[in-house]
Amino acid sequence: MQPPSDHRRPRRRRVAPAIAVVVGLLLGLVAWAGVPASAAAPAEGDITFTGTMRNAGEPVPGVEITVTTPDGEEFTGTSDDSGRIQIQVPRVDGEYTVAIDEDTLPDDVGLREGQEAEEKVTPSSLGSVPITFMIGESTRQVQTKWDRVPQLLYQGLLFGIIMAMAALGLSMIFGTTGLTNFSHGELVTFGALIAFLFNSTFGWPFAAAAVVAVVLGGLFGWAQDAGLWRPLRRRGTGLIATMIVSIGLMFFLRNLFQYFTEGRTQNYREYVTPSGYDFLGVTVTTRDLVMAGVSVIAITVVTLALSRTRLGRATRAVADNPALASSTGINVNRVISLVWIVGTALASLAGVFLGFSLGVTFQMGQLVLLLLFAAVTVGGLGSVWGALVGALIIGVLIEMSTLVIPSDLKNAGALMLLIIILLVRPQGLLGRKERVG
Amino acid sequence: MEILQGAFHDAISPFALSYVLAAIGLNIHFGYTGLLNFGQAGFVAVGAYAMAVGIASFDIPFVLALLLGILAAVILALILGIPTLKLRGDYLAIVTLAAAEVLRLIFSTSFKDYFHARDGVSGFTATFRSLNPYPDTMTSFATFSRNDLWVMTVGWILVALVCVYLWLLMRSPWGRVLRSIREDEEAVRSLGKNVYWYKMQALILGGVIGAFGGFIGALGLASVQPDSFNADFTFIAFTMLILGGAARILGPVVGAVLFWGALSAIGSLLVQLASGDNPIIPPSMMSTDQASNVRFMVVGLVLMLLMIYRPQGLFGDRKEIALDAR
Repeated sequence: MQPPSDHRRPRRRRVAPAIAVVVGLLLGLVAWAGVPASAAAPAEGDITFTGTMRNAGEPVPGVEITVTTPDGEEFTGTSDDSGRIQIQVPRVDGEYTVAIDEDTLPDDVGLREGQEAEEKVTPSSLGSVPITFMIGESTRQVQTKWDRVPQLLYQGLLFGIIMAMAALGLSMIFGTTGLTNFSHGELVTFGALIAFLFNSTFGWPFAAAAVVAVVLGGLFGWAQDAGLWRPLRRRGTGLIATMIVSIGLMFFLRNLFQYFTEGRTQNYREYVTPSGYDFLGVTVTTRDLVMAGVSVIAITVVTLALSRTRLGRATRAVADNPALASSTGINVNRVISLVWIVGTALASLAGVFLGFSLGVTFQMGQLVLLLLFAAVTVGGLGSVWGALVGALIIGVLIEMSTLVIPSDLKNAGALMLLIIILLVRPQGLLGRKERVG
Repeated sequence: MEILQGAFHDAISPFALSYVLAAIGLNIHFGYTGLLNFGQAGFVAVGAYAMAVGIASFDIPFVLALLLGILAAVILALILGIPTLKLRGDYLAIVTLAAAEVLRLIFSTSFKDYFHARDGVSGFTATFRSLNPYPDTMTSFATFSRNDLWVMTVGWILVALVCVYLWLLMRSPWGRVLRSIREDEEAVRSLGKNVYWYKMQALILGGVIGAFGGFIGALGLASVQPDSFNADFTFIAFTMLILGGAARILGPVVGAVLFWGALSAIGSLLVQLASGDNPIIPPSMMSTDQASNVRFMVVGLVLMLLMIYRPQGLFGDRKEIALDAR
C-alpha cells in the first residue's frame, strides 16, 4: 500500500512550526493540568492514610492496616463499624509501605484477585493518602480448573472488547496512512490520565470526566495529524522513517506522563469495588456491563459509519488506493484527519476503561501496545473486522492461558500466538494477502 | 567541569559499552541489510543470561560460557529469522519486539532456580576478574574502579576488533550483497543470490555482536537483571545508531558515546539547576526522578527530529539509509 502524498514539492519550513505547535499544545495542556497539584503548598507534619473497607457495599469492621514510614516506624489502624479507617503518620520523604492484615478479614472476604497485601506509596504534597485495597468475596476457595473457565472467558471477552476499541483505531490509522503507530499505546494512557485528572483532581463525576477524556483524545489526534503526521506525509517521508518518528513520540509522551504522575499508580476518585452478582458461575458487575455496553456501542457506531455513510466509504476508498481516491474528488487529508480523530478518541475511551483494571499509570501504554499489535496482526493489519476479532481472541487467550501457565506469563502467550500466526498466515485471519508484500 | 567529567565517565563506562556493541549489531541489521530488528534487547539478554547462568549455576569454564552465549544468540537468530525474514519490514519489527518481550517475561518470572527472577543472576565474574592485569595496588584510576577499568579495556579492544572486522567484511563481496539487498531485494534475487540466507547471516552476525554487548554489560555490573533488557534498550540503541549515522562503521560507536555523554550532561545540569539554596528551577517543578524523565523526553524529541531532518545522522550518507518500506 502506498502512503497518500500530495504531489507537491517538499516544504521544509512547514514541519518545524508544526512540531512546535504539537509540543507546545501538549506541554500547555499538561502543565495546566498539573497546576492544582503543584500549587497546593506541601503540608507540614502529618499525613493521614484514609480508606473505607467495604465488601459488596457492606462495611467491614475490624480490618487492621499497618503503615510503615520510610524510617521504619509502624503505625497500625483498625476499621470502625462503618468500615472507615484513618491512620496518621509523620511526614518523611520517601516511600511508605501500606500492608493489610489478611487474617483480620472475615472468613468469606478476601483481597481481590491480583491484589498484593502490601503496597508501596509515595505521598504527594497533599495531606491525605487514599488506601486502595480492593476487598471482595474471597476468591481463595478451592476450584477445579474447569470451574474457572466461564469466569475467565467473561474476563477475557471484557478485556478484549475494550482493547478492540484501541485496536480498531490502530488498524484504521494503519489502513489509511500505512503508519505502524508505536505511540498508539500512549494515546490509551492519555485517555486514562485525562479522566483521572478531571475525576480525581477536579472532582468531576466519572461519566463527565470520561466524556472530556474522549473529546480531548479526539482533539489530540487531530492536533497530532495536523501538526506532525500530515507535514511528514507532505514531505514524502518514508514509512519506516515515520514509524521511527512514532517511536520517538512514544518515548517523549511516556516520559512526559511519568513526569506529571511521578510514576504513581492511582485509582479514580469514585473507585469502589463494585459488588458482583452471580450469573451462570460468573461474577458480573454493573460496571463491567456498562463498560462492555459502551464499548460495543462505540465499535458498532464506527463500523456502521464506515460501511454506510459517504465519509465511511471515502475512508475505505482512501485505504484501498489514496491516489485514485484523491482523483475521484475525495479530500484525502480530510479523511485521514478524521481517521486520526476517531482513532485516538477510541483509544482514549479504551484507556478510560482500562484505568479500572490496570490502575491509572504512565505504564498503561507500554503494557497494552504489544497486545494491540498482536490483536491487529492476528486479525489482519488494516482490516476493521480483523482488529475486532483479533482483540477478542487475544483477550480471551490471555485470560484462558492462566489455566495452564503462571499468570505472570499470560501476556507472553498472546505474543507467542502473534509469532505463530505470522508463521502460518502472515496476512492475519481476515487480512488480504497483498498487504504482506 | 564536574558535569563534563561525569559525562565523560558515563560515555565510556562498561554500561555504555554494552550499548555500543548492541548498536553495532543493529547497524549490520538495519544500516547495512535494511532489517528492522526491534528485538536487539533479546539478543543482548540471551548472551548475558547464557554466560551468567552457565557459570553461576553449572560452573562451566569462562571461555565455554562465552561460547554458550554466542550459541544462544545464533539459535535465537535462527528461531526469529526463519518465520520473519520473508515478511515486510514492519512485520519483522513487531515480531522481533514481541519475541524480545517474551524472553524478558520468561527471564523475570520462570525457572527461578536459574534466572532468580527480578533479583537477577550474580556470582559469575570470579574468573574474569582474576585475569585482571592491573596491579592490586591500583584501587582506582580517574573515576573508574580497578574492575571497571579491566572491563573497559577488554570492551574497547573488542569494539575496535569488531569495527575492523566489519570494515573488512563490508568491503568484501559479501558486504556488497548485503547492501544491495537493502537497496533492491528483487534485483539481488535476479542475480541468483539467496537473499533469505544472506539476511539470515546478517541477523546472526548482528545478534552475536549484540550478545558481546550482553557479556560486557554483565561483567561490568556483575549482575544480570531481566528488566534492563526491555524494549527501551532497543529503542535507545536505535537512537544511538541513527544519531551517529547508520551504515557507517563508526556511526554507532560515536553515536553511543555522544548519546551517553549528552544524556549524563543534561541530567547533571538539570539536577544542578534544581538544587542549591536558590534553584533556578523550583523543586516543586522537578524532583530528581522527574529530571530523569525530562532527559528521556529530550531523547524522544531528538529521535523524532533526527528522523525528520537528518535521517543519516551526524556522519551518514542519506543515500545509504533504508527508509522506504518495500
